[in-house]
Parts: sequence; C-alpha cells; structure tokens
Amino acid sequence: MQQIIDRRLAGKNKSIGNRERFLRRHKEQIREAVRRAVEGRGIRDIAQGEDIHIPKRDISEPVFGHGQGGSREMVHPGNRDFVRGDRIERPKGGGGGGAGSGNASDSGEGEDDFVFHLTKEEFMQVFFDDLALPNLIRTTLAETPEYKTHRAGFSSDGTPNNLHVVRSMRGAIGRRIALGSESRRELHRLEALLEDLRAQPGTPARLHEIEQIEADIAALRSRIDRIPYLDPIDLRYRSRVRTPVPTAKAVMFCLMDVSGSMDEARKDLAKRFFILLYLFLTRHYEKIEIVFIRHHTQAQEVSEHDFFHATETGGTVVSSALVLMEDIIQARYPRGEWNIYGAQASDGDNWHDDSPRCREILEQKILPLVRYFAYIQVVEQEQNLWHEYSDLAMESENFAIRKAAEVDQIYPVFRDLFKKEGAAK
Amino acid sequence: MSDTYDRRNNGRAASPGEYGGRRHPAPLSAPLPLKERPTARLPAPSDWTFELIEQYHDVIRATAQRFGLDTYPNQLEIITAEQMMDAYASVGMPVNYRHWSYGKEFIATEKNYRRGQMGLAYEIVINSNPCISYLMEENTMAMQALVIAHAAYGHNSFFKGNYLFRMWTDASSIIDYLVYAKNYVAACEERHGIDAVELLLDSCHALMNYGVDRYRRPSKLSLTQELARAKDREAYAQQQVNEIWRTLPPKLGRDEAEKEAPRFPAEPQENLLYFIEKNAPLLEPWQREIVRIVRKVAQYFYPQRQTQVMNEGWATFWHHHLLNTMYDDGFLDDGIMIECLKSHTNVVYQPPVGHPAYSGMNPYALGFAMYTDIKRICEAPTEEDRLWFPDMAGSSWLETLDHAMRNFKDESFIGQYLSPRVMRAFRLFAITDDDTEPTLEVSAIHDESGYRNLREAMSRQYDLGSREPNIQVWSVNLRGDRSLMLRHTQHNNRPLHDGAYEVLKHVARLWGFPVHLESVNGQGAVARRWTVDPSTT
Repeated sequence: MQQIIDRRLAGKNKSIGNRERFLRRHKEQIREAVRRAVEGRGIRDIAQGEDIHIPKRDISEPVFGHGQGGSREMVHPGNRDFVRGDRIERPKGGGGGGAGSGNASDSGEGEDDFVFHLTKEEFMQVFFDDLALPNLIRTTLAETPEYKTHRAGFSSDGTPNNLHVVRSMRGAIGRRIALGSESRRELHRLEALLEDLRAQPGTPARLHEIEQIEADIAALRSRIDRIPYLDPIDLRYRSRVRTPVPTAKAVMFCLMDVSGSMDEARKDLAKRFFILLYLFLTRHYEKIEIVFIRHHTQAQEVSEHDFFHATETGGTVVSSALVLMEDIIQARYPRGEWNIYGAQASDGDNWHDDSPRCREILEQKILPLVRYFAYIQVVEQEQNLWHEYSDLAMESENFAIRKAAEVDQIYPVFRDLFKKEGAAK
Repeated sequence: MSDTYDRRNNGRAASPGEYGGRRHPAPLSAPLPLKERPTARLPAPSDWTFELIEQYHDVIRATAQRFGLDTYPNQLEIITAEQMMDAYASVGMPVNYRHWSYGKEFIATEKNYRRGQMGLAYEIVINSNPCISYLMEENTMAMQALVIAHAAYGHNSFFKGNYLFRMWTDASSIIDYLVYAKNYVAACEERHGIDAVELLLDSCHALMNYGVDRYRRPSKLSLTQELARAKDREAYAQQQVNEIWRTLPPKLGRDEAEKEAPRFPAEPQENLLYFIEKNAPLLEPWQREIVRIVRKVAQYFYPQRQTQVMNEGWATFWHHHLLNTMYDDGFLDDGIMIECLKSHTNVVYQPPVGHPAYSGMNPYALGFAMYTDIKRICEAPTEEDRLWFPDMAGSSWLETLDHAMRNFKDESFIGQYLSPRVMRAFRLFAITDDDTEPTLEVSAIHDESGYRNLREAMSRQYDLGSREPNIQVWSVNLRGDRSLMLRHTQHNNRPLHDGAYEVLKHVARLWGFPVHLESVNGQGAVARRWTVDPSTT
C-alpha cells in the first residue's frame, strides 16, 4: 500500500479557474487599470502584462468577529520583568498587546492595496474586450507567428506515420548480425567438426559424440532463430522540427491631426486605432517599423512620445502629412522591400480647398504604393474631407474609412482589411 | 414502504482497525527493540531520488512501528512549488469547487513566494484514507525525510487517533465528496450562471464558521450516497411545504393569536447555515444543496481548527523523536541530522512578546514542548511533577502520550497537561484587558500563585467557543414580515466588530427577508442592533 507518486507533470495550474473567477469579479478595476496602461504605453510595448492594484476592502471576505472592548485575558510568552499586579499602559490603538487570537480588527492593517500581475494574455483579453473584437480575430491576433515543420534527421521515437522503414530495417539487420555472430561462429565450428567425425568410421563412442554435437547444433540454430526479426529498439522515425516562417518587413505610417480641436479623448481613440493596426501587423511581419507623422498646417516626423503628448494649435492642412509620407516612402522604404501600411486619424477638420488635393495625392501617389490605408475619423460630423475620402473608398480596394466616436467602433475598419487578407491567402 | 432501514452505519468500514470501528490497537507500553543495527548509514546526498525516498521511508516506517504509531496507509506525492501553491490556495485540498477567493489566495501566495518573503509550506497533509502527504520537488533529502516523519507518521496518526477527527470527519470519503461538490457547483454555474453561484458561495463562506454542529455527530459523507440522495433531496425539498409559508393566520382573535403563536425555532439554533438550508423561504433546491456543501466542508475542517496545538505539536514531537531514534540506531548521517535539526529548531522557535516576529503563540513550539514534557514527566518526574501529575509520574510514556493525543482538543489538552515547567520555559504571563480600566493588568505570571490561573487563561484562549462570537438564530417572525432574528450573546462584554453589518447582508441574501442582529451584553440588555432588509438594498 505504501507508494510514492510523481505528480509533478499532472494537474498544473489547477487554480487557473479560481484565478479567472477572481479576475471576473474585479473586472471593472482591471479594465480601468488596463485603460490607464494603454494611455501610458508605447505602441510597441502594448503586448505586456500589467500590475493591477485593488483596494483591500474590495476583496475582503467578512466574517463575524470580536471588536475592541469588553474584558479579555491574553497569555503571552517571554515575560521579562513583570510580576503579578503590574499595570501597563494600553498600547496605542487600544489593542490588548498583540493579535493573540486573530480577532484584532482589520482597521489596524491600513488600506494597503492588493497588487497582482496581469499576464500578457489576460491584458490583451481585456484590451480586446474594450475594442469589441470578434473571437476569431482575437485568436488570430494572439497567435504566435506561423511555423513550418521540416525534416531534421532521424530520432528513436515518434509517431507511426513518421516511421522510416528502410532505416529501421537497416538497424534490425545490424542488430541481428551482432547478436547472432557468436552463435553462428560456434555453429560453423561444430558443423566442420561433425563433418570430420562423420568421415571417420563410427565407433560407439564416436557415434555418441556425433549425437551430442547434433544436439548442440540444434540448440544453436534455435537460439539464432529466436533473435527477433524486428525489435522496438530498431525503429527509426523521421524527425521534424518547427521553425518560424520567415516573414517580410513592414512599415506602418501613423498620421494624426494635432490641431487644437483634437483633445485628449480623441487622441486616445486614435492611439487605440494605431495599436490595433500595429497588432495586426505583428501577426504577419517579423520586423515592423513605425513612422509617426503629425500635422497641423505643416507636417513633421516625430517620436512616439511627441506624437501623442505634444499639443499644437492652429489650422489644419491634411495634405501636408500625405506629402511628407510620400517623401519618406520614396527616400527610405522602397516598395519592393517593404510592405507599407498607412493609418490616419483626424477629426475631419481640414482647410476647405485642401480636401480635393488630399484625395488626389492619395489616389495617385500613395495608394499605389501601400498595401492598405485606413482612415478613421473620431467625430460624427461629416465635413468635406470625409466626403472626398468616401468617394475614394468606393473606388479603391486598399482604402478603408470609418467613423469612430467610441472605442468599440474602431474594429470595423479592420474588417475590410481582414477580408482582403483572407482573400489573398 | 414501511420498512425501516438502519442507515447509521452506511459507509462505515467493517473491520475494527479501520475508521469507524470503535476499537483501535492498544498503545505499546514500551518501544519495541531494534531488530538489527544497520551495517552502514543511509546515503546522504543533498538531492533526493525516488529510490532514496523509498529507502528512508522504509526506515521511518519501521521506526514508527516500533513506537506503535497507528496510521492510515500513506501515499506520498511529489509535487512542484507551483502545485504546492495550488494546494495552498484551495485550503490544502487536492480538489475543490471553484471560487474567486481561492484565486485571490493563490495570487497572494504566489506573489509572496516570488518575492521570497515566504518559504512555502513545510508540508501539506490531507486527512484522507489513504493519507496523502505532499513532498515538494525543491526539498533536499533531509527535508523529505523530515516531512515524511512529520506528515506521514505524525499528522497521519493524529488524524486516525484523535477523537474529534474520528467523530467529525470521514477520512475515507472526503476526496470523493469534494469531487462531488466540485462537479455540482460547476453544473450549477452552467445552469444558473457564474454570478448567481458566486453570490451564493460568498454568502455561505461568510457564515462558514457558523455552519458546524458543535455537539451533534454529523452523518457520513460518501460520493455514491450523496449522488443518489442529492436528487431525492431536491425533489423532496421542493414538495415540502415550508414551515414558514405554511403557517396561515389562524382565525382567532388577535390577542389570542399572539399568545398562541409558537416560537420558531423552538430553541435557539447555533448552526446558522443548517437553519438556513432547511428553513430559508426563498432558496431554490440547488441553492440549498450548495449551502449544504459549504456546511459539510466547514464541518470537515472544524476539528483542525480545534486541535492546532495538539496536531502540530504531535507531528513535531514525532518527527523529532523518530529522526533522533534513527540517528541513534545508526541510520542517519551526521549531515542529514544537522539539517533536520536546523529546520526543526526554526519550526519550534517562539519569539517573545515585543519581538518584531511575534504574532501570538507558536502552536508548533507549544505543542512540541508539552508532549516532550509529558514524556519527561513519565520518565524522570521531579517532586513538583509528582504533585501536579501524580497519575503520570513514572507511567509508560507511550501510553500516556497516546491517551493525551486521542482524547483531547486544544482547550482541554492545555487545561490538563500544561505543566509549570513549560510555563516557566516559555516565561508565560497573562494580561487582562478590561475596557472599564484605564490600564492593562498583569493578572498572572509563571510563579507558584500564577500557574493555575495561567493554565486556565491559556486553555480559554484556545476555546473556539469564546474565540468566536456566539451568534445564534433566535427567532423567525412567522406572523409578520418573516424576518429572521439573530442574537449575539456577548462574552465578557466583548462587542462584535464592524464587519458584522457586512456579514448580515450576506445572511439577508440567503434568507430573502429582513434580518436583525441583536448584541446582548452580560446584563441581558440589547447593546447594539443591526438590521438589513434585502428588499431595500
């Protein structure tokens, strides 16, 4: 009955269901924390875990217990110099000098937060929840890059469908030769001896000897026969290893209007839009560069921090950004080597005469160069830029526009992108 | 259909040695002699292997048998640190139903462990038959030996021998029952939604300490029976016209009605969860079943809460004694022994009051000291011992220890066996904290006049009855709003803490109608009153 069981490989992560329930319960706090984290993070750093703080009182489980007051007697160890009848000042906080029975009130513990780490997967789950992504898209996004399996020599274990027959048989022959060699040598010797004896005249002693040798020969034969034809140790399997599929490079252009009318909320919306595009691209490309172009009446290439945080005022000339984008493509990202994606976010405000020019630049110069260009307008109101763009979107395949006043409206922009990607496959 | 079945012995093992049989092997009066001294000491590398554990376990088992330790069969399981945390989080059980609080526990444990603030459990041992002990992968060989001696022989024999465990828990079926509970809760989540189940479990957990029968022996749990009966119970409970609904207003004069109205319940009830399970008007059958599950689990853990000092002390005494015997017999290497002793010393360290690490009495230290002292009193009594423990002085220590382990709980164990010598060694002193006095008073110290007071105070300190507030179901208003009245009877005028209102909300959720809680002080006056009305919250 005594036994030692190795459980190390069984039942890992038994608490995962409990953890899920815990996260479910504190969904609101976690969503809030994720939102804050998204604001504070760079686009590239989005796919990481995050520490979540939850106030202790929110996760307490109440039970009946004694409070302060009344009379009680506590026994403590380590008396140094007290004698019976000594009077001691009541310690501050009113307690009886220790947490003896565990009933000391919670108030003494302070309002420490309960801190825990949200894993990358859980973080992305919450992020996607906000964006109202369909499940299929979630799985494709969370997926690691595709792998390809290819052969890499032979191994001694594997599945039957990978069995290499020739190799296995070769091993079997070798083993049979090696195991039987001793017996066969002995057999040849005895056979030669028998021949000799038979050639000589048969005295009873010699006949007896012949009988014995014949018996030995029979025993050796059966031993040789008993060597298995094919043994499990002979089996060889084709070994296959997985290697990531090599992928090409991509560059993503983020264009954003930073004129006075773009407030923080609108910028946040735009940021999520860029993040989502970035995540889509990470799925397909190993190396992704991001170029940030912000514009008001003039466009300039900036760092990510400046892109989201610096505020400018003034009018808006959208075409300036498009022109700069084209210049950068021509200078740094030759079309043959790079997959180019464009993402533009704006509140639709544009200097009146500029909108037709934007359409022209897009249609003639940019769209032929890029794989996909997405435009998102963060307000409902339609202005001339929207009208121009929507005409263009009807005509071109790799151009999508959408209005999104709330975060969960961003995703549909990508639906077109996925349709296209799906069709291409 | 009129046949009467005697189901009282269902699920009880037939052979007298097993659980449920009343008899147990008589304790040895003296240790059996060592069969033969080993020719060489056991190998002592710091890394363990399965063969080594087997070898050590054989020796530990043989040594334990020499002292007549009566145990369930042992099942040793090797687990990883992460699995240990899993087990930690679900109150030490290998299976349990899902609940967020276990997730919280796991996250907290994991965080502390990663930061290195906390060593992981020394051992986890499950009161089941066979008795499962977890050995952690990271332990050294010496630690594995220590854990086997501590858990697989110390705790195991305690689970099998102590009267509370024999009476209240059924080691052979607990795992089965938890499997049933887990599946039942999962099925309910599927049928009624995770939220509904979670709210219910939250409420039940809040009352978990009030879900035990303190004086009545509970019926046995077993998977097959539970499954068969759960369905019947649901159907039956549904048909059952509830006491509270059934009581129609009698057609009598109003005064007469008040006079005639029977009290319900007839006597105050201490098992709140049981009362709610049977009487809450609005609970659906599946909800009653879940209340029942929580109640049963609480009941299972009830003995453990009452025997901390005894249980840990017993296991510590035995790992210490077994390993020392093995060393003296020539089995253990010096290095292994030193490592075990070092660990042992850490376990039985009692920081004095005022020390930064002080957080009350260390049950390992107190229990270990008491059992060791009982052995000493039997073997080498002093004049003082003969005065205090005339029966024990000079008796067989194995028999005396066995008796002490089987027939007590912390409260009575301390009341019976805490010797002046141990009080002096710990330098115990008692402080009276009375809120009517401006200062605290040292009411007794470890001297001739204080021993008895000290022992009584210490014993009371381990009495669950005075440690937890005494709250009972007082009455249900059958004629009016069906409100439930709970009554807290203050012990030494100690009030409830402010969490009471939160708990009351949970009670109201289960009851479905208004719930009142009265706190009654020593003079019989209502000192404080809380009310929760579920229809307004």
